Amino acid sequence: MNQAIISAATEGGTNPLVPNPWEMLVVFAGFALLLFIVVKYVVPMFEKTFAERAEAIEGGIAKAEKAQAEASAALEEYKQQLTEARTEANRIREEARAEGAQILAELKEKAAAESARITAQAHTQIESERQAAVVSLRAEVGTLATTLASRIVGEALSDDARSARVVDRFLADLENQNAGVAK
Amino acid sequence: MIALALPAQDSGTFTPPGIEELHLPAILPWGAADGFSKQMLLVILSVVIIATFFLLAARKQQLVPGKLQFAGEAAYSFVRNGIAKDIIGGRDFMKYVPLLFTLFFFILVNNIYGAIPVIQLPTFSHVGGAYVLALIVYVTWIGIGIKRNGLKYFKLATVPSGVPFYILPIVVPIEIISNFLVRPVTHSLRLFATMLAGHLIVMISGAGIEFLVMQENVLLKGASVLVLAGAIAMYMLEALIMVLQAYVFTLLTAIYIEGALHADSH
Repeated sequence: MNQAIISAATEGGTNPLVPNPWEMLVVFAGFALLLFIVVKYVVPMFEKTFAERAEAIEGGIAKAEKAQAEASAALEEYKQQLTEARTEANRIREEARAEGAQILAELKEKAAAESARITAQAHTQIESERQAAVVSLRAEVGTLATTLASRIVGEALSDDARSARVVDRFLADLENQNAGVAK
Repeated sequence: MIALALPAQDSGTFTPPGIEELHLPAILPWGAADGFSKQMLLVILSVVIIATFFLLAARKQQLVPGKLQFAGEAAYSFVRNGIAKDIIGGRDFMKYVPLLFTLFFFILVNNIYGAIPVIQLPTFSHVGGAYVLALIVYVTWIGIGIKRNGLKYFKLATVPSGVPFYILPIVVPIEIISNFLVRPVTHSLRLFATMLAGHLIVMISGAGIEFLVMQENVLLKGASVLVLAGAIAMYMLEALIMVLQAYVFTLLTAIYIEGALHADSH
């Protein structure tokens, strides 16, 4: 083998370290063409996709964060609205209770006033009736007493004017006595 | 292969195929010693394959990739992030992604040819292509170094900081030789030699199997199975090395560029 290489090298034709210039040219041209295609098309295309992908992922994360923020804001709002609604309901309930109490109080007052009025009316009526009774009694008592007295005393006492005076005086004394007792 | 086996049959001794078998006759004009060779056709084919694949993969770019786009993106990201970003890093790495990407897939496809039946010829088993690529990288990293640091770059690259002055006479020549002379040679020959050796191994085992099968002796005929098993193992190893060398070449390119970019901190 060594012999073969050495002999080939001395011949110069097949020395493996001596390149074929045409092959070198083809390799150089092929490599240059490929490098050109890679620089011009392949690398920019891949880099563009990589950049777009990175952007898409970062954009997606930003979008998700935004959605999260929106959701938590909405939740906060709902909570606030719920609290407000509860407060409102409480307030309405309180108001209703207060109103009810007020209505009740008013009704009570009205009833009390009505009863007072009825009582007063009754008192007035009673008073007037009593007055009437007193008047009628006074008249009747006078008549009765006079009649009785005239029956008892007889004709001497038939003078109306005098008997009326006597009766009035008697009754006045009676009233004064009553008033004194009352005092 | 038949041509290789014929002399063996005639003489009864095994003559392994040599280096000269790597130089097939030209396609255009057919059978000529010089002209448009299979290697040249394969290089052009590799450009078509790589460009077609990545243009198709990158054509309908969608945020949620399909199968082809996903494969293209994975391949692209492997070079972009796995080599360029990890080695060069910083804000500068994007500028060198196209070069590294092209290098990796150009070498990968041209190497993998060696593992594909019928094609079965890694382009870089001829040294010319490896020289060209190493030269492109050599010019590139020296250019980057000069652009970054001016002519001071050569001092930065050859005079390591923190070395006592009395050692410098030894260190500086070593640095010059290793960085500016040996580096491009090893860079190209590493790729060339591994491809050449791999191709030779596949050829020799193929010829060996053929030779053994042609033998009258049944035992020798049977022994071809052992060689076949070995050949398959070597083929697998070779396929691994083909991918590995593409990676190594690109990785070293990235390291050289990084060294030129940050020469002042080395």
